[in-house]
Amino acid sequence: MLNIDSIKKGIVIDHIKEGYGYKIFKELGLHKVDYRVALIRNVSSRKQGKKDLIKIENRIDLDLNVLGIIDPDLTVNIIEDEEIKEKIKLSLPEKIKGIFNCKNPRCITSEENIENVEFILVDKDKKEYRCEYCDTKTSL
Amino acid sequence: MLKGRHLIEPRDFSLEELDEIFALAEDIIKNEKDYLDKCRGKLLASLFYEPSTRTRFSFESAMYRLGGQVVGFSEAASSSVSKGESVADTIKTIACYSDIAVMRHPKEGAPLLASQNTDMPIINAGDGGHQHPTQTLTDLLTIRILKKDLSNHTIGLCGDLKFGRTVHSLVKAMKRYLNINFVFISPEELQIPDYIKDDLQENSYYETESLDEVIDKLDILYMTRVQKERFFNEEDYVRLKDSYILTNEKLKNSKEDLIIMHPLPRVNEIAVEVDRDKRAVYFDQAKFGMYVRMALILKLLGVE
Ligand SMILES: [Zn+2]
Repeated sequence: MLNIDSIKKGIVIDHIKEGYGYKIFKELGLHKVDYRVALIRNVSSRKQGKKDLIKIENRIDLDLNVLGIIDPDLTVNIIEDEEIKEKIKLSLPEKIKGIFNCKNPRCITSEENIENVEFILVDKDKKEYRCEYCDTKTSL
Repeated sequence: MLKGRHLIEPRDFSLEELDEIFALAEDIIKNEKDYLDKCRGKLLASLFYEPSTRTRFSFESAMYRLGGQVVGFSEAASSSVSKGESVADTIKTIACYSDIAVMRHPKEGAPLLASQNTDMPIINAGDGGHQHPTQTLTDLLTIRILKKDLSNHTIGLCGDLKFGRTVHSLVKAMKRYLNINFVFISPEELQIPDYIKDDLQENSYYETESLDEVIDKLDILYMTRVQKERFFNEEDYVRLKDSYILTNEKLKNSKEDLIIMHPLPRVNEIAVEVDRDKRAVYFDQAKFGMYVRMALILKLLGVE
């Protein structure tokens, strides 16, 4: 059995759908950081069969908004003194930046390099966002 | 307060703010002499990345009639844009010289991008197939002046309702007023898109292919072009082409106080004989367009 140390202070992202751990790992930029992080794949789970898990040590100031877009059913635990101090409920963010590209070829973003184009939530059920520049809708 | 604001899309302004602009436009029409010098010493940058002579003339005439001056370009090829300068850089530079800018751009969202990079007021004069808010202000002012009120009308929109940006904006703008009924008159291929209808109350619109069937019920008839190349087959085009050409004969059953509007330029969808009918107001509409732009410039500059 693979043994992973528990963490003193940080974040544990639990109940990640099997195979999605790496995607979230990269989306949060964890492959580039210099603090201790662990991606654990194929953990057996009573509820899910198998799941992925991410442990992040010493950082609780990450922007976790992106997780709501990838999978709102994740569990995010904030750990302090080796205990779960807070469970964060994820939801679809009203606005997101830097994740989508606009698909409309007539959009100004297709011609000019614009940093952090904002997409605004228009339909929660369909997970639809619209481009701030041309209003073209993108869904997840 | 509209001073210092941008007009990128009609939704940027509340109904009260639109009212302020229309009231000012009406005052300019009545007392034009009082406004001759209002913009003395002010400079309008007229940034037309694609040609649109009509819209450009309307804005430039508006500024000159207020005693202001205009600099700018009328196509991207003759400007620094052809050297690949970004919209953000262009606008930051131009804001060093000018007080207000009007921008026409083939790419959707370009005026918004410009507005994010300057405190100078930006007016969107058309961005691709996306928005053309001053056309909408023009249409609203025309209705307000000629029908005395923006509420309580049956408005027929006829022609190419699928691709017509002016029609889409007008419907969105008019539905903010009370008791408006829409009649959408178009060939099946060119019907108004579902997303526009989805925004309307169920019983507030009616769709038909036949102008004859509904013309007697209309208070306002908004005509647009139907282009032959929009049809999927020749047969439908031949069957329908004449039914969308407005003639004196077709107007026989219409109301005495109908107003016939058109965003211009017209090709053949309104017979020239109709121009002499007092109900034909499309050239007045073009004139109101200039006055509403005068009012808009004054409001955004805060120099009433
Ligand atoms: Zn876009």
